Amino acid sequence: MVGQKKNKILKVRHLKQYFNVGKPDEVKAIDDISFDIYEGETFGLVGESGSGKTTTGRSIINLYEPTDGKIDFDGVDIRKIKSKKDKLQFRRDMQMIFQDPYASLNPRMKVKDIVAEGIDIHHLAANDEARAKRVEELLETVGLNKDHSSRYPHEFSGGQRQRIGIARALAVEPKFIIADEPISALDVSIQAQVVNLLKELQIKNKLTYLFIAHDLSMVKYISDRIGVMHYGKLLEIAPANEIYTHPLHDYTASLISAVPVPDPEFERNRVQVPYDASIEADGKQRRMVEISPEHFVLASEDEIAMYEERAAKALL
Amino acid sequence: MTENILEVNHLEINFHTYAGDVKAIRDVSFHLAKGETLAIVGESGSGKSVTTKSLMGLLANNAEVMGGEILYHGEDLLKKSEKQMEGIRGKDIATIFQDPMTSLDPTMRIGRQIAEPLMKHKHFKKEKAMAQALEILKLVGITDAERRFKDYPHQFSGGQRQRIVIAISLVCYPEILIADEPTTALDVTIQAQILELMKELQSKIETSIIFITHDLGVVAGMADRVAVMYAGRIIEYGTVDEVFYNPQHPYTWGLLNSMPTLDSEHLYAIPGTPPDLLDPPKGDAFAARNDYAMKIDTEQQPPFFDVSPTHAAATWLLHPDAPKVTPPVEIQRRYKIFSEQQETKIKANQNLAEG
Repeated sequence: MVGQKKNKILKVRHLKQYFNVGKPDEVKAIDDISFDIYEGETFGLVGESGSGKTTTGRSIINLYEPTDGKIDFDGVDIRKIKSKKDKLQFRRDMQMIFQDPYASLNPRMKVKDIVAEGIDIHHLAANDEARAKRVEELLETVGLNKDHSSRYPHEFSGGQRQRIGIARALAVEPKFIIADEPISALDVSIQAQVVNLLKELQIKNKLTYLFIAHDLSMVKYISDRIGVMHYGKLLEIAPANEIYTHPLHDYTASLISAVPVPDPEFERNRVQVPYDASIEADGKQRRMVEISPEHFVLASEDEIAMYEERAAKALL
Repeated sequence: MTENILEVNHLEINFHTYAGDVKAIRDVSFHLAKGETLAIVGESGSGKSVTTKSLMGLLANNAEVMGGEILYHGEDLLKKSEKQMEGIRGKDIATIFQDPMTSLDPTMRIGRQIAEPLMKHKHFKKEKAMAQALEILKLVGITDAERRFKDYPHQFSGGQRQRIVIAISLVCYPEILIADEPTTALDVTIQAQILELMKELQSKIETSIIFITHDLGVVAGMADRVAVMYAGRIIEYGTVDEVFYNPQHPYTWGLLNSMPTLDSEHLYAIPGTPPDLLDPPKGDAFAARNDYAMKIDTEQQPPFFDVSPTHAAATWLLHPDAPKVTPPVEIQRRYKIFSEQQETKIKANQNLAEG
């Protein structure tokens, strides 16, 4: 297996995140998911609203207390990080970029203070001069002008704000960035700019991304591997190309078939694959099974043969 | 030729703001034929929503129509009084807005909301209106419609709410349906269902649709004709095949090129940001972001050059004296499809002629 050579920076095992536990309105936002993220890769997490993809991101960055399961980051169980020093280090190593560039920047703070907040908390700059210099560097890295540093967020467009959010995340030199729908609020032409910027930064700063999105075409473009979530469960994990060309799970196939393509002839001949979600609730025990190398699907024992057959057909 | 039910000519709209006048719509002209779907594509701020709001007489208070006309069956909608517009809105021209959460009244049962336009515009008695409302609720695919007829909006999912909004907009069988980003707030699988529903209803009710969106994928599946807007102007229009397979304006190239395809390795990004319409640039507004810009682009606004009887683009590249440029690879790939399409058409015509 290829994956064994690569270092697993994140290990999620049997993660469960329930809300309102024990009450009539209990929600199983995440229901027993396991996956790994390798160092230096981009792992795309896709799903529709309510699938649990955002909750997954938040659990990983330790914003929630998981109901059950384990999250290892860099070999350490994140629930067991207790000392203040280690907690600070964890928050430095893992950063987040948010969906809404209007809500995620404090409107009363200047850009330089937004970007430098992490620098201040982690004491990364020796003096004001070094701080200002670092902010300028960061702004330039994300394609903004250093003159922008004394302005307020409202003076920027959506795409520029998202760049500020990226600069803020980079300020503490993280290893791992969770990008939760970072481009869905942006216009098409600006989306491409931000995605290309994220790709560049990944190579330059050796970053690992968890890229959460519902826009499947962009996810495919940026991700090395993709996980598909539905109703709190991870249904399929595979390399990005593979999952698009040979989806194994019916839900994945249905989701991909629903993506509009900017090609009128394709659209005229579109066949949407229907999906019946009731099979997920048939009560069978399911686990992640590696059907072909690096291609996992959530299957019950009696479904494995069916998926293997599908995978074999795909090879022909 | 089919009849044009709507003609917009040289529309100009300004917004008065503290900073000055924002020239949101600059010399926009288009028409809509009976039964067709016209997609207006553009980024935020390009003026696509303002254009359609002006059709409905729903412009904000600080907006002023500086010139032009909107002819609906030959009558200028801009000259109608508010009272007259009330008689048209929702009856002859209906709208579906982006967010189904905010376009429904949370305190009114959905059955009544659907029946309301019938009582108001067609003066139906309540019972008859309710009966027809129930019919249309079934038509838009709400399961168990009888039982759900008396539910409130919050009891429905996002996709169902958008179906209800569609039911309301279509209950009077409008001639024109304006759909302003109707599926942007929805998940892709739900989006596919709603788009399918709209197509189905369009052929049943024979309504014309103006479809506003930024999603070129949705346009490819929905539109008969496409108009691309940039910085308050239409910069290219044509049939869906002409705009997708034979695009001429560099902005249209950029848009098509910045969408990831299944096998794209590198993603093209249009550099820069759209211009400030407080002070629109001289010449072609796209010039500053245009890799193919020529000197004249920064000096003079290009007129429309006809590519075919149905297709035109406002770019100096189409001027007979312009140098030949090589469009991006992705666009060349699309040109190939276009010429194949043309050949097939010619052959089909020959076969027809030969009998």
